Amino acid sequence: MEVKSSTNDRALTLALRGELDHHAARETVTAMERALEAGLPMQLVLDFSGVTFMDSSGIAVAMRASRRMAALGGTVAIINVPAQAKKVFDAAGIACAAKTEGSK
Amino acid sequence: MKIKPNNYIALDFLSRSVNEGFARTAVAAFAAQLDPTLDELGDIKTAVSEAVTNAIVHAYPDELGKIGLRASIFDGNVLEIVVRDWGCGIPDVNKAREPLYTTGGEERSGMGFTIMESFMDALIVRSKPGKGTVVTMKRRIAQRSGRK
Ligand SMILES: Nc1ncnc2c1ncn2[C@@H]1O[C@H](COP(=O)(O)OP(=O)(O)O)[C@@H](O)[C@H]1O
Ligand SMILES: [Mg+2]
Repeated sequence: MEVKSSTNDRALTLALRGELDHHAARETVTAMERALEAGLPMQLVLDFSGVTFMDSSGIAVAMRASRRMAALGGTVAIINVPAQAKKVFDAAGIACAAKTEGSK
Repeated sequence: MKIKPNNYIALDFLSRSVNEGFARTAVAAFAAQLDPTLDELGDIKTAVSEAVTNAIVHAYPDELGKIGLRASIFDGNVLEIVVRDWGCGIPDVNKAREPLYTTGGEERSGMGFTIMESFMDALIVRSKPGKGTVVTMKRRIAQRSGRK
């Protein structure tokens, strides 16, 4: 999994590229946490446009992102989600939760 | 009496996470002869990934073990996938199948069985603690007109 980060104001964007399964999840989370610690952003944007496959391991990554951003008092947005990954989010019923949880 | 499949593949592999991608790709390549849509192929890959990941993560938490994968095609364009392990087993299968139930901590979502269930037409889970688990999934691939 390739994770590219870019910062704009207090928004941190992480662009993921590759297959987000259990095998790739750990390095994705490590990269995410490192970027969060370095940037302490108010908003985290996960750009999924390069995610060619995702299973429920990706949901765990999204839930993790939500919790971390909630702890920072910020928000998470997951954008450009391809059809296959969207179906997995929808089946899990957290498509909206992952987007809004951090803002409460 | 058992109904014989029209075709099948069988693979054994070690419970290394790098094999997750291999397993779902192998089943997708085999399923291609049923002429599935991209959407159907995505569902199949996702369900295989969930079952195989469970065998890798949960069945053999502290060791490497054998995983068996079998994909078969039956009359009526039905694809059956069986993922088998000889690991620790599941004490309470009904509980394990509940959404959000996980023994895997922060790294897991507890949505694996829920996704297998919603992406496939049938999901059967048989397990014996200390002996292992067999997950059987079925999905009928729609026969589309206008396709060769
Ligand atoms: N092959 C298996 N061997 C042992 N336990 C399993 C197996 N598959 C699933 N489980 C148990 O069922 C639970 C739920 O599985 P699942 O719905 O895929 O969620 P997750 O993998 O995210 O925990 C697991 O946390 C684990 O306790
Ligand atoms: Mg699972």
